[in-house]
Amino acid sequence: MAVGARGWRSLLTPTLSRHLGLAVGAFILLLLLSSQIGAFDDYNLAAVAIFVIATAGLNLLTGVNGQLSLGHGALMAIGAYSTSLLLHGHHLPLILVLLASLATASLIGAVFGVAAARLRGPYLAGATLALAVGLPQIATRYSHVFGGEEGLTVAPPAVPAWLGADFPPERWIAWIAIAAALVTLVLLGNLLQSSVGRSFKAVRDHEAAAALAGINVARTQVVAFVVSAACAGVAGSLFAYWAGLTAPAGFGVALSLQLVSAIVIGGLGNLSGAVWGSIVLVYVPTLTSGMASSLNLPSAVGNNLPLLIYGAILVIAMLVVPYGIDGALRRLIALARARWAGAASNHKGVVDWDDPAGG
Amino acid sequence: MNNQMNPTRSAINRIAIGLAVALLVAACGQSTSTANTASAPGITATEITIGSTQPLTGPAAPGYSEIAPASNAYFQYVNAHGGVFGRKITYKFLDDGYNPTITASATRQLVLQDKVFAIFNSLGTPTHLAVFDYLNTEKVPDLFVASGCNCWNDPSNHPYTFGWQPDYTIEGKILGQYINQSLGGKKVGYFYQDDEFGRDGVKGLDQQITSVASRQTYVPTNTNVAPAIAALQAAGVQVVASFSIPAFTALALLTAARLGYHPTWVVSNVGSDVPTLTGLVTAFSKGAAGGQLLTGIVTDSYGPRVTDASNPWIVLFKRIHDQYISTLPWDGNVLYGMSAAYTFVQAMKAAGQNPTRSGLVHTLETTHLTGGSGLVPFGFSSTSHLGYLGVQVTTIGSDGSVSAIGPVYTSSDSGSINQYSGAPATPPSNGIP
Repeated sequence: MAVGARGWRSLLTPTLSRHLGLAVGAFILLLLLSSQIGAFDDYNLAAVAIFVIATAGLNLLTGVNGQLSLGHGALMAIGAYSTSLLLHGHHLPLILVLLASLATASLIGAVFGVAAARLRGPYLAGATLALAVGLPQIATRYSHVFGGEEGLTVAPPAVPAWLGADFPPERWIAWIAIAAALVTLVLLGNLLQSSVGRSFKAVRDHEAAAALAGINVARTQVVAFVVSAACAGVAGSLFAYWAGLTAPAGFGVALSLQLVSAIVIGGLGNLSGAVWGSIVLVYVPTLTSGMASSLNLPSAVGNNLPLLIYGAILVIAMLVVPYGIDGALRRLIALARARWAGAASNHKGVVDWDDPAGG
Repeated sequence: MNNQMNPTRSAINRIAIGLAVALLVAACGQSTSTANTASAPGITATEITIGSTQPLTGPAAPGYSEIAPASNAYFQYVNAHGGVFGRKITYKFLDDGYNPTITASATRQLVLQDKVFAIFNSLGTPTHLAVFDYLNTEKVPDLFVASGCNCWNDPSNHPYTFGWQPDYTIEGKILGQYINQSLGGKKVGYFYQDDEFGRDGVKGLDQQITSVASRQTYVPTNTNVAPAIAALQAAGVQVVASFSIPAFTALALLTAARLGYHPTWVVSNVGSDVPTLTGLVTAFSKGAAGGQLLTGIVTDSYGPRVTDASNPWIVLFKRIHDQYISTLPWDGNVLYGMSAAYTFVQAMKAAGQNPTRSGLVHTLETTHLTGGSGLVPFGFSSTSHLGYLGVQVTTIGSDGSVSAIGPVYTSSDSGSINQYSGAPATPPSNGIP
């Protein structure tokens, strides 16, 4: 699909070297940050990185290619179960397990993507929702393979000896997840800058126009689904290592909806939106449960309050920043720049979707 | 300098130093026996911090969400009466919604961020299975898991984990024996949760019952039990042995009533608390049905009955309930939470003034704790981490009262069933062990 005969020459484009530079810089910064914080903060950091992988893939599918998936939690489950089954009674290197989980999720994503490419709007949403509802039931139906409700346990990745005996395992999983997330972001970032990425957007914006321009619409949609499923597979695999367990209750419909809400809140169509959304996904629930417990309410109210606050934050965020955190930031930067240039009158608060800086 | 000293001087010096060291050691020894020290993570001179994961929301919340507040009420009572060696107990319980993935992160929050001394009474079989490897790797005492899975009795691989309530296999055996003896000749069927909880119970039932007409299961994420109940009815089952959580016992009873199906229900202790079931049946049927649906249910008990106002434990716990958590109903869940909290305080007192994590485990294995409010003793030793060793079969009357049928029995997962005639302990006058 992507790098054809003319590809290798253009591999080291300015885009790639810029993305690589950013990624290496971010990796060093995050490693330094991770070494300064406590083990539980590392554990949360790992969760953010894992969700970045899943939401970046979903954002590519939904934000860039325009296919709504309410079933990405199920694709994560495929990655997680692949990992758990591979590690059941075996010791395999993590990179191998990650690649195998990626392959399984891509394969199932390809099969489902072919079906999805024929569906539009609410029908596609319905089909992917069916995946999210149905897939976890397989684990309980065939409990002798998938461990039923209590799931399959996964041993945490062994910390290499050179890091010392006191190195917290939570920090090690955080490092792995950060590395995986940055690799994913670099690859997706480059894909989006390529002709493949442009055809993704063209199909999203106008299918007929894209077809007239010579783009194979169905194939483009399947490719987007496979790439997105691959990301979900890697995220699911790391999620299994992170949680120490793969159980159907962890991959319910709620997870799929959380992923969608994360990209909407973070910012549709941009990889940085996935990062913001993942931060919201991990940290807002901790915040709300803290708020609820400090209020000293009757248990029937207090127990359910975190969910209520979480829901309220989502609603308010949609009202205040409809283009997500990423959109809001870009708009702020654009406004600041415009004022700096003394041309604020040209911007009547309208921000272009793909080019909010107003080029 | 040393070279110039004569042998006698140097000998005197050595004796003097020796004496000084001895005095220092003695002084230190004395100070540890009188002052509270920060002897372990989560233990300070004035505080013991412990944690738990509980289903405060989600499918298992009805009923079970009262357990942790009840334990907390007992700890507050102990704190108000001097605490444990002067230390106040701080109990942090986090909601996991009965979702093992959330249990995994919430437990790490308790251990890594809140730095708890021990995990106490974390609830649920699938949820706690997600973290008990982790807790044992980290050597965090994992006491009195609120689940009767026999997985918690594994001292060689999981030395830091201890059970509390009778394990479901023992319970299943004693219920199975009752079905054989008192309901013999009737067609028996099972309705159970499709996980370790249900399967462990069935393991016990199967040791006693030879012919089972139908085996039906449910999963807590699917509230439609109609196919399972209809299958039991179609198989002509007259006695349904049910290992179900309260919400699903209620759903099963209501569904059966709607189908005009009236078998004898034999329900596991964890799914048979009368006030909880009455509330659920009323709520699920929007008031169309009520407590009368529970009449004749056979179940079992390992503690005093909630309604037995003459029992000194009930008097004690009811008083604490009325003082600290009067907004919660007085039911079996509250009794459960307080009883488990009592056992925890017993263990902490036995572990001594400045306990360590491994010291607490050693204490539980070597000190004989009384059964507290329980009808039977605990099975704790260096080779067994079983909690209560047995149950007494009971039945629910038309007025919601629970009465005992026959004697108290004890057993083990594979051993014989024995009648137990020991008397339960009585609570100390101030209510603190």
